[in-house]
Amino acid sequence: MTGLGHATGVILAKELRTEFRSRELLGTTIVFVLIVIVLFSFTFDPTSSESRRFGPGLLWLAFLFAGSLMLQPSFLREHTNDTLSALRLAPIDPFSILAGKMAANFLFLLLVELILLPVFAVMYNTAILPVIGPLVLVFALGTLGITTAGTVFSAVAAQARLRELLLPLLLLPLMAPVLIASTEATAGLLRDPSELSLVWMTFLVTFDVVFLTAAWLFGEYLLEE
Amino acid sequence: MRWSGVARNNFFAIWSRAERSRVSTAHASSSIGVPSGGPGSGLRIQFTGIEKRYGMRMALRGVSLEISAGECVALVGHNGSGKTTLLKIAAQLSRPSRGKIVFNERGIELSPEEVKSRIGMVGHHTLVYDELTAEENLIFFAKLFSLPDPEGRARQALEPVGLARRAGDMVRTFSRGMRQRLGIARALLASPGLLLLDEPAAGLDPEGQQWLGDTLGNLHAAGCTIVMSTHGRNETQASVTRAIRLEGGKITHDSGLGGDPNDVLVMAAVRGMQEEDETSS
Repeated sequence: MTGLGHATGVILAKELRTEFRSRELLGTTIVFVLIVIVLFSFTFDPTSSESRRFGPGLLWLAFLFAGSLMLQPSFLREHTNDTLSALRLAPIDPFSILAGKMAANFLFLLLVELILLPVFAVMYNTAILPVIGPLVLVFALGTLGITTAGTVFSAVAAQARLRELLLPLLLLPLMAPVLIASTEATAGLLRDPSELSLVWMTFLVTFDVVFLTAAWLFGEYLLEE
Repeated sequence: MRWSGVARNNFFAIWSRAERSRVSTAHASSSIGVPSGGPGSGLRIQFTGIEKRYGMRMALRGVSLEISAGECVALVGHNGSGKTTLLKIAAQLSRPSRGKIVFNERGIELSPEEVKSRIGMVGHHTLVYDELTAEENLIFFAKLFSLPDPEGRARQALEPVGLARRAGDMVRTFSRGMRQRLGIARALLASPGLLLLDEPAAGLDPEGQQWLGDTLGNLHAAGCTIVMSTHGRNETQASVTRAIRLEGGKITHDSGLGGDPNDVLVMAAVRGMQEEDETSS
């Protein structure tokens, strides 16, 4: 049997090659988040104190909607030529299929977030450079939570009839803890003086570990017809 | 129900061509697709009491069947008779609701993980990615199977299927027949001991069917176990050694080891044509 790491790497490389060849998903998601950020900026006067209060929540809400948009085609496109069966026919751990797609979705969503972070900083008059390291860490942990659970539910929703509606219905309520934790951790960093909250970071790490473990234990059954 | 004259002429033309192929098929050698263990290294499969239920519908009802290593078996029957379900269970893509399936190679029972590396399957769909090139598709699957020199293997696999010149083209630009050929190349990449084909002639022109028939003949001669579902007689069945008819999820006819599969294949072809006539009239 092909090793878990090797198979995950091969699937990740295929996902990256496919996406960077077309750039459809990345382009659409970047534009979507940009529109959301701009529209939100019209709803209140972005003075410094208001931006620090509302900005993190708006930012993570935009990332969450972008994530559910981006995760939709993750398993849906495997149904076009039944390539999911081709992956399941290969002598690989079924979890490597999920892991490869989780890794790809994580990288894509994180890339979108990092591209749009400077736009957010400018529009909401927020200083991010002094806290850029911890901020990227919070983004990574929050994004891992969104993409881990989102990829799992994408696999489930792809086999259902109302698949386009089902993924947001499943994902968004479950993401409330990630939304709260990521928002609080980000807000803490943007506050004056900035503070990296260990409580919320621990919460994010725990959420990520729980969902990764669940995907590893039950992944094989999620991919079955 | 009387056949139309065209249907009757087509039937006899296909039968006589298939009979001539059976007698005089030339077996060209090919390193791709030949079972890795050499002659006689096909898998033996034993299905015991296999049932499969989808909700209230029983797709398979207590199917028990033994397929010996190196047999070339045709599963025939109407749509919905359980052929695809049985193939998916054999491929481990679907779990039976009840019953057991055991694989043996040279008398040794294989674990599910070992079986996966010995199976190739050609399904209803092509099982290849439209957004990759032909070569990229085969390299991807060669890597998943941990095959040595995946790039060389992929290039070598495209030659016999006539796609070497289109190696760098995106699969979305391929015709249905070309995609089917690429799917077959993918299934043969790891030199399987068991090849499962679900209506492989679908989408192939007569020349393509002849090519596939010759390829299956080569694999059969090399000892690969082949199980394919089909609606009736066509050029791909020149090497069939056994025919099994499924109806309503049960086996109703089995030519068995050493028997003549033509009777079952002809019966399936006749019934298929009768149904076509009934549908069109």
